[in-house]
Amino acid sequence: MNDERPITGAEKDQATRTGEDLRAAALAAAESVPVSVDPPTLFEVQEMELNFGPQHPSTHGVLRLVIRVDGERILETKPDVGYLHRGTEKLFETETYPMGIPHTDRMDYVAAATNNHAFCLTIEKLLAVEIPRRAQLIRVILDELQRLSSHLVWLGTSGLDLGAVTPFWYAFREREQILDFFEEYCGARLTLNCMRIGGLPFDLTAGWVERLMEFVDDLPSRIDDYEQLLTDNRIWKKRTVGIGVISGQECIEWGVTGPVLRASGVEWDLRRAQPYECYDELDFAIPTRVNGDTYDRYIVRVQEMRQSVRILRQCIDLLEPGEFRGKVPRVIKPIAEEVYASIESPKGELGFYCVSNGTNRPYRMHVRPPSFINLQALPRLAKGHLVSDLVALIGTIDIVLGEVDR
Amino acid sequence: MADETTPPPDAAPTPEPAAAPAAEPAAAPAPKPPPPKKVEATDASSHPWVESIRSGVTDSVLSAKQFAKQVTVVVRREKIADVARHLKDAEDFRYCVDVTAVDWRDRQPRFDVVYHFYSFSKNDRIRVKCGVADEEEVPSIAEVFLAANWPERETFDMFGIRFAGHPDLRRILTWDGFHGYPLRKDFPVEGIDTGAAVYPEEWPEGGGPAADDPNRKVVS
Repeated sequence: MNDERPITGAEKDQATRTGEDLRAAALAAAESVPVSVDPPTLFEVQEMELNFGPQHPSTHGVLRLVIRVDGERILETKPDVGYLHRGTEKLFETETYPMGIPHTDRMDYVAAATNNHAFCLTIEKLLAVEIPRRAQLIRVILDELQRLSSHLVWLGTSGLDLGAVTPFWYAFREREQILDFFEEYCGARLTLNCMRIGGLPFDLTAGWVERLMEFVDDLPSRIDDYEQLLTDNRIWKKRTVGIGVISGQECIEWGVTGPVLRASGVEWDLRRAQPYECYDELDFAIPTRVNGDTYDRYIVRVQEMRQSVRILRQCIDLLEPGEFRGKVPRVIKPIAEEVYASIESPKGELGFYCVSNGTNRPYRMHVRPPSFINLQALPRLAKGHLVSDLVALIGTIDIVLGEVDR
Repeated sequence: MADETTPPPDAAPTPEPAAAPAAEPAAAPAPKPPPPKKVEATDASSHPWVESIRSGVTDSVLSAKQFAKQVTVVVRREKIADVARHLKDAEDFRYCVDVTAVDWRDRQPRFDVVYHFYSFSKNDRIRVKCGVADEEEVPSIAEVFLAANWPERETFDMFGIRFAGHPDLRRILTWDGFHGYPLRKDFPVEGIDTGAAVYPEEWPEGGGPAADDPNRKVVS
């Protein structure tokens, strides 16, 4: 194929020439071209604008990035979000407080339990009700299971984005088991709707805790399996080490929370900083790393999964029979006040700001979604990297577009 | 800020509730001794952070209250960027958690722009609010806190509140060319006819309920 390139249409007799002839002619043509001291035009700055998404498998949903590139290198990234905007905050205002809980499921749909939890916690703060100890423990169990399943989805999909296919099957195998636990508890696997204002909708079914204990005992060895596939994998390291480095200071500037912040060396976790439910009694570590690159964020998330296992074990030990629903009025009518409550969701700080006007519907319900705020920092992370690294960076922030767009 | 279910906000920085009868929000009656059991907001105008804002940015604080151990300071609209900078530099509130707004519809000024700041050293949050009338501009804090960039855009998109000095004030969740501000109380829940017929052969013009449709539902 290369041999044919210098032949122009003007050469009528080219059909009769052999390959050797063509090669000789090409060499002759090449030698006749004067040697230029300027760099070849191929490598001049050639800026162009590209659409990355919204229909791109690595954007984990419908995220559109308008990127300005020079060759393969990214000069500028402009995220364009909102494709999944459903007006959740408006819907909260039209319905009573308990009717808002199913809407929260649909925000971060890979971590519905933590969304339910944050919503309920906000209303409970407004009502100043105390929830029973058993409900607290079950909530923590559901939260940590949800954190595990969210991190597993993250591990599987972001590995898949970078070409690591095997961890995906491993991670989804365990995630499936976690979803089975959810299904047994509340009937749903994804949009759980598994918490109520003042407690929980159901008590645990018989044998649930025992089966969970078995699963939890099994899990550390499974996490070892993922680590064996990735942690020292040379390809994985080449794609992640030094990619998207951000300092802890910058993370705070950009409002970035969650594993991204902790991978940059800031030991801040709302479960420890402002404990809710019974997290203050539980013994767990907050994994941090110092380099703040994609590899460190991977390590932090894997370590967090191990800590979740630790928390689950303790909660199962502490679990005692008792009430699973607190004393809340039949019609929830908080006083006309405003309150903000937040929890450590798998993605970062998930907060709800609720303004009540004394009726049974929230006057204003605002969500502080971690994915949305963390995504803000993507242009900063992506600057100067290659287009293929952008795939790694979208994965490493761990966004869920349902939560970004609400 | 653990699980504070016990009624009145007490603990560390307790202001004297019986002290100054300063401005309480909304329609607060004359200061009366609060019943011990009931959960109510208390006046926080002598709270150290409020004092700090008052001394750092002159003529800024309008009122302050505390509810569920959360301090809310109402400041003047023009001073909000100065207050944000003061909180960041002097009081170490380095993390801007969130910016949003509340539409009070019949109140003057119509909107409240609500900011949440967090301090790592204090491990606590402060809520700062300022009242904004329709068509009024609020100084942007996106220069002070990079994190406020997108939340301010979202507030503009949803409420139509303009932030003066914002580097890139465009709609973020709805599309460019969308008419109306969805989270305003007079915006119908069913949506509106935005006049943006993307596929006219499939979606004839006038897809949503028209602006003068008597059946359109407005939720306040």
